[in-house]
Amino acid sequence: MFSRRAILKAGGAGALAAAMRPWPSLAANAPGVTDTEIKIGQTMPYSGPASAYGVIGRTEAAYFKMINDQGGVNGRKINLVSLDDSYSPPKTVEQIRRLVEQEQVALIFNSLGTAPNSAIRDYLNENKVPQLFVATGASKFGDPEHFPWTMGYNPSYQTEARIYAKHIQANKPDAKIGVLYQNDDFGKDYLIGLKDVFGAKYAAMVVKETSYETSEPTVDSQIIDLQSTGADTFVIAATPKFAAQALRKAYDVGWKPLEYLTNVSYSVGAVLKPAGLEKCVGALTGAYGKEPTDPKWKDDPGLQTWRDFMNKYMPDASQTDNNITYAYGAAATMVQVLKQCGADLSRERIMKEAANLKDFPLPLLLPGMTLNTSPTNFNPIRQMQLARFDGQSWVLFGDLITA
Amino acid sequence: MRDAPAAATPERAGFSPARVAAIGLALVCVLGLPFVASGYQTFQLSQVVIYAIALLGLNLLTGYNGQISLGHGAFFAIGGYAAAILIVKFGVPYGVAVPIAGVVCFGAGFLFGLPALRLGALYLALATFALAVAAPQLLKFKAFDAFTGGVQGLLLAKPKAPLGLPLTRDQWLYFLCLGCAVPLFWAAANLVNSRIGRALVAIRDHPIAAETMGVDAALYKTTTFGISAAYTGVAGALMSLIVGFVSPDSFGLFLSLSLVVGIVVGGLASIPGVVVGALFIEFVPNFADRLSDVLGESAKAMPWAIYGILLISIMYAMPSGAAGAARKLAQAVVWRRREK
Repeated sequence: MFSRRAILKAGGAGALAAAMRPWPSLAANAPGVTDTEIKIGQTMPYSGPASAYGVIGRTEAAYFKMINDQGGVNGRKINLVSLDDSYSPPKTVEQIRRLVEQEQVALIFNSLGTAPNSAIRDYLNENKVPQLFVATGASKFGDPEHFPWTMGYNPSYQTEARIYAKHIQANKPDAKIGVLYQNDDFGKDYLIGLKDVFGAKYAAMVVKETSYETSEPTVDSQIIDLQSTGADTFVIAATPKFAAQALRKAYDVGWKPLEYLTNVSYSVGAVLKPAGLEKCVGALTGAYGKEPTDPKWKDDPGLQTWRDFMNKYMPDASQTDNNITYAYGAAATMVQVLKQCGADLSRERIMKEAANLKDFPLPLLLPGMTLNTSPTNFNPIRQMQLARFDGQSWVLFGDLITA
Repeated sequence: MRDAPAAATPERAGFSPARVAAIGLALVCVLGLPFVASGYQTFQLSQVVIYAIALLGLNLLTGYNGQISLGHGAFFAIGGYAAAILIVKFGVPYGVAVPIAGVVCFGAGFLFGLPALRLGALYLALATFALAVAAPQLLKFKAFDAFTGGVQGLLLAKPKAPLGLPLTRDQWLYFLCLGCAVPLFWAAANLVNSRIGRALVAIRDHPIAAETMGVDAALYKTTTFGISAAYTGVAGALMSLIVGFVSPDSFGLFLSLSLVVGIVVGGLASIPGVVVGALFIEFVPNFADRLSDVLGESAKAMPWAIYGILLISIMYAMPSGAAGAARKLAQAVVWRRREK
């Protein structure tokens, strides 16, 4: 027989358990979310060897300021806490822990660099903190099966290389290819992409692959090396300074290969002008964004809203810097995800909405291009279109290629 | 004059009640801090302990033996990679990998010490500087990719507290670092207070006189280089454990320079000084970062300028580092008492 006390105890315990169980349909908001604010964090190399990318963090802060001036997202202002990690992974770990444990941010947004993001990926996944739209093209960050809290953003370098390889295969099947690549994950991803497509024929088609270190003053000797192999096709997987040197040197030594230039270095202002515009005629690249210096976008409404933003919120910044257009798009994507979350700003919901972007257009993407994600696709941008340099600007040709 | 005997034999002062109380208090703080600090702060404290070990190694070499090294970041990297490779590629337990990393670095330091014998002060500084510049590049070297993971680096699983100890990972790692630091500090203190320590200082102050007295300068200098590298290597190994990741970008040139800044701020040829140096290199850059945030969004490039200003002011106020300033202060107190 049950005593009254035992029944009371059991009932009390049951009620307590029910009270402690989280409400199923309304999960608690993420830390850093109040009625008036959403606090998000990131690390950026404001100092050190990669400090040129610091402008990405500044642009994003300016973009969120614009959104806040317009009333924020569903009534909440976005507060971006952007910390310097000098591109040093141990520092990134320290700063990310500060953001998550001390500043109590809801999520990590667009932290920059492959090594820094690699260093924090386990920690963030273990603690179920969204690591959204990492600023690197390394292909390993779109892996929802193993890292459900980490999402990429850029089209991966490997994808881009595959597109070039397919183009070579279709248009120049007996090409003799020389590759110049930066000796790091960025450069090596291009080799992987080429290998993906050429397969067993890789050794026959790529007559020479040569690398450089970012600490080298020039890549002149590599270019002479490549020329001497008799290659007629040249894949340039180099960051802007070295890409400019490569284009110029190839022209100056009288080497006239068909050039495929990485999208990382397609800026007319920062790469082709320093190399000499006439020396780059005929080069090909894969594009996904509108180049702000290109006259054909002069009256484009997307670029016009961007210019208005620049004039008002970043009047001193250069309007030819691709890092700025990149950051503008990333910040807009972040805002879209937060908008889709509505009133429920739990970390689970944020991740769910990040994986639920459907045909989201960005003002600075090429016409027809959209962002798409799903629970099995954590690479938002996967389209590109080839473009040829005509001496003034990039001329798009062919269709959008989805990799 | 009451205090004169105590002042005349300062080494006995170690047993005065005040000193015992101070040491006790410090002990309680060091052991108790991780239980009141957050996980993030405990992580920072572990980094302080690690930097202190590395600075101790560098101070043995530069402070006591007078060999300037601008390249200790390279030994830090070798230690970090040695431990990471042993753990990830060979499945060695971390308790074994850390001492092995120290031994590997001893070997590397000893070997580097041999050519360093022929290089005088500034030339040695340049040679070691070259080592620091080369280290990240060598770590990327293609032939080593299978071991080093190339530019992708290596990920390590963070160790958990063993034997069911009721400690979080951060607390356990802190005590692990502390457990490495205590014997290393004890050994260093004994070393510099021994015959060998006096020989090291003699070589620094007057090499020719030291050799005349029968000190084998070559042996002492290379061995010191080895020991110094071993300390720094252990620190690097511990760092890779608490960060859980190594890559060439982790060991940039700035790390080497930070270590030099650390021993100069703490005070050359001082063992307690390295703790101050470690606190400096861990917390002052963060402090400068926050200070520049106060100045506004446009000041994102300011932290290092603020850091520089802080560094210059500290060197102006304490030209012989924290240890030197403490010594001066203690002397002033003693003199004040004598005058009474």
